[in-house]
Amino acid sequence: MAHSGVVSETTSQPARGRLTQRLQQWLPKLALAPTAAMALVGIYGFMFWTGVLSFTGSTFLPSYEFVGFDQYVRLFGNARWLTACTNLAIFGFLFIFCCLAIGCFLAILLDQRIRNEGVIRTIYLYPLALSMIVTGTVWQWILNPSLGLEKLMHDWGWTSFQFDWLTNPNMVIYTIVIAAVWQASGFVMALFLAGLRGIDPAIINAARVDGASLPRIYLRIVLPSMRPVFFSSVMVLAHIAIKSFDLVMAMTSGGPGYASDLPAMFMYSFTFTRGQMGLGAASSIMMLAMLLAILVPYLYSELRGQRNG
Amino acid sequence: MKPIRHLLAAIGLSFVLSPAHAGQVEVLHWWTSGGEAKAMGVLKEMMEEQGHTWKDFAVAGGGGEAAMTVLKTRAVSGNPPAAAQIKGHDIQEWAKLGFLTNLDDVAKEEKWDQVLPPIVSDIMKYEGHYVAVPVNVHRVNWLWVNPDVFKKVGVEVPHTWDEFFEVADKIKAAGIIPLAHGGQAWQDATVFEAVALAELGPKDYTAAFVNHDMDVLSGPKMVEALTKFHKIRDYIDPNAVGRDWNVATKMVINGDAAMQIMGDWAKGEFTAADKVAGKDYECVPAPGTEGSFTFNIDSLAMFKLNNEANEKAQMDLARTILRPKFQTIFNKAKGSIPVRTDVDMASFDDCAKASMKAFKATAENGGLVPSMAHGMATTSAVQGQIFDVITNFFNTKDADPEATAKQLASAVQSAL
Amino acid sequence: MASHAEKKLTPSRILIYATLLLACVAYLIPVFIMIITSFKTTGDIRSGNLMSFPEVWSVDAWIKAWSSACTGVQCNGVSGFFWNSIKMAVPAVLISTALGAINGYVLAKWRFRGSDIFFSLLLFGCFLPFQVILLPMAATLGKMGLANTTTGLVIVHVVYGVAFTTLFFRNFYVGVPDALIKAARLDGAGFVTIFVRILLPMSVPIIMVCIIWQFTQIWNDFLFGVVFASGDSQPITVGLNNLVNTSTGVKEYNVDMAAAMIAALPTLVVYVLAGKYFIRGLTSGAVKG
Repeated sequence: MAHSGVVSETTSQPARGRLTQRLQQWLPKLALAPTAAMALVGIYGFMFWTGVLSFTGSTFLPSYEFVGFDQYVRLFGNARWLTACTNLAIFGFLFIFCCLAIGCFLAILLDQRIRNEGVIRTIYLYPLALSMIVTGTVWQWILNPSLGLEKLMHDWGWTSFQFDWLTNPNMVIYTIVIAAVWQASGFVMALFLAGLRGIDPAIINAARVDGASLPRIYLRIVLPSMRPVFFSSVMVLAHIAIKSFDLVMAMTSGGPGYASDLPAMFMYSFTFTRGQMGLGAASSIMMLAMLLAILVPYLYSELRGQRNG
Repeated sequence: MKPIRHLLAAIGLSFVLSPAHAGQVEVLHWWTSGGEAKAMGVLKEMMEEQGHTWKDFAVAGGGGEAAMTVLKTRAVSGNPPAAAQIKGHDIQEWAKLGFLTNLDDVAKEEKWDQVLPPIVSDIMKYEGHYVAVPVNVHRVNWLWVNPDVFKKVGVEVPHTWDEFFEVADKIKAAGIIPLAHGGQAWQDATVFEAVALAELGPKDYTAAFVNHDMDVLSGPKMVEALTKFHKIRDYIDPNAVGRDWNVATKMVINGDAAMQIMGDWAKGEFTAADKVAGKDYECVPAPGTEGSFTFNIDSLAMFKLNNEANEKAQMDLARTILRPKFQTIFNKAKGSIPVRTDVDMASFDDCAKASMKAFKATAENGGLVPSMAHGMATTSAVQGQIFDVITNFFNTKDADPEATAKQLASAVQSAL
Repeated sequence: MASHAEKKLTPSRILIYATLLLACVAYLIPVFIMIITSFKTTGDIRSGNLMSFPEVWSVDAWIKAWSSACTGVQCNGVSGFFWNSIKMAVPAVLISTALGAINGYVLAKWRFRGSDIFFSLLLFGCFLPFQVILLPMAATLGKMGLANTTTGLVIVHVVYGVAFTTLFFRNFYVGVPDALIKAARLDGAGFVTIFVRILLPMSVPIIMVCIIWQFTQIWNDFLFGVVFASGDSQPITVGLNNLVNTSTGVKEYNVDMAAAMIAALPTLVVYVLAGKYFIRGLTSGAVKG
């Protein structure tokens, strides 16, 4: 190692050495301090503040007149909130599932010594570079019956073709899934590809010698060993799913009616445009609670599993 | 490095600029579509003529939703713009929280009390003091008509809803979209409001949307209004979802659609396309609302500032807005009518003249009602609840009007 | 890691290639539409359809979007917004990456009691819906005198970006053998020395991952940009939104699409140029537990 000079300097002075040693002990914690401070204020402080607000009758701007659980009662009596929650469940599940399935599938195909792999990889990955505002605008255009796909098919002579999901209150949420999957599945592919590259080829060769078929090897040996990749992917995808606010905003603004509303949009509109800040705060606390219920057990089991394994 | 530069800039601003008269006005608005942006450009020019700097703070989209979020965060951070596009009940809310500045001096100097109709000035005042400046008066209950389409199909412009449906059937049969519409909550509400006004009449309309009378909200007339409103679904095209109002207006201009129910800001789009009122397009009151006037008043609320030069600029802005010269130029571009009733209307088009006449007449006979869809009638909380019920009803194929009326009442109740 | 022998074109390999190509087409179609539309004239858009090539390739829409399209009252295109975004994104990316590296180093190699809990709490922070923090953040920035400054916006991005950069670095450093660190400590190297001399030089791949990820997130952010920036420091996403919504009845799809392409260009360039580092960086540790 090239830093032996530093070593001899510090060890030659015992008194200063002890001080340095103590400093060394504190340094790691000191290094975390800025982030800890930011997280304490910026995440947990603000979260707590939102929690407080959800028990107040805040309307236009924050006020501190407490009303107990009124806002929560109101929240669950609100038809739009229930639609938003159902949508999040559908969207979140389909989005994460499809991204994992497509990403994993493409990664496995791409791992078969493909020519021009670099180019193909970049093509799969690039949608993530676009902002959801841009993605939303483009997909809105493509799915719009009078401008996009439907018109194209009619122009090409397939006049009975009909694709009106964007304007159909029962189907609109699936159009958002399509756009979101298009954007994020390439990234999942990259994560899986990276995971596949980390697997020892000897294991697979051994299995092949034993006469196992390729799909079987992947299903039985490769995929189970990629648990950490699944973990990272789910974390990133869940993160994107919650942030899909921009995408919905650009694609449908929550319409038709409020058929494609999501909790984040509900919270945003009640807090900022409707002047029902207390209700908005209650909805964001409920969002956090839902997240906690799903994420914490998962986080716990995964982090624990890592330490043991 | 950065904080120092900011500090220097701040010191520079307060010491170098304050003795001069030139200040800066930052105006937050969402007037970004063609006619609106042009109208706002007029104000910018007039302020620059007076030596002030105009700092444009446009936040487009969503009928001002994004702009309101920005304004709230700006105010909370202690750094509000000089003026912001706030209207109706929200003015009272902002004033109650102590954010707005007192404009009484300018008002006295310029005799606002004498030139503004009381119904307008009441909205601009908080506890008797002016805190906002009205910019214009819009009439919302207009029906915009492409006469060529009507000629081609051979039908007359409808004056009642029954006539409307009759005519619309024929237009539809001729392969033209009867009603241009954009499927956004506020546009749904704008159409609903027109139907409701026709069915309920001004008195019950006020009872329902201003005083929130539960019996009227869930009553038989409301059920009838909802039924008719739902029937309109058959006369709009399936692609209306999410369409902006000005794109819908363009459909009428091009003859792709026959009519549109929209406030008179739509006229700005006709004007921008070089169309002449009474010749290329016609404006008639929305079916069944001939004797009424649904008003929507745009205004700029003035925030408390802590820089003298900027305050001066702010007062000049307030003064300029109500001067007849600006009122005339601005309102011609925006499609609305001046808030001052003493402005010479000779240079305005037929629609504006008709609007001014109706404004004055309905102010006398009680037909003047605030627009629910545009935040004039009630708080944003109640308005939001009504929007949710209405837009969901309109977008559901086989919705039940009777149940919806009850739902409407309970939704309003929950936000009171 | 599949077999070495399968280099010949067997039917199953043809199938693989076909599937991959089909996926390529699916991924490319939206951007293909954007590009051809941005080179069309207004008349072309009306007469043609989504997939038809422009009759005349015209760069007018690009020029208009860059320098003369209206974004509200002003009509200067998106060029000013573009530079604002750069001024904001560069410091924010660098600071959050640096902080993430230090945090990741501590959390992976200098564990102490509670460091895992700290990490979990930080991770949970990633999932905070950002709409929640708008008002309290605005009040905090106001008190610090940073409301509506680029500095304030940079701070916001750092605060909410650092969780992810920490995650990346921690997972990368966990993969570095502990023996290496132990040996260095025996040699007397301290906290800083080990980081600077040993870990940092080997961190290039993960630094690339972080920079790419953070740059994409920050460049594409709309919510913070619209709320925490004032009129003359608004980033490109806000400019794009204003441009798309500033219309005179006819939607100029070509200008909209050109502006969207301009907004997306920097991140696209970063992905194309640095994409291979991205995969390499991910392979070298970001996805390991």
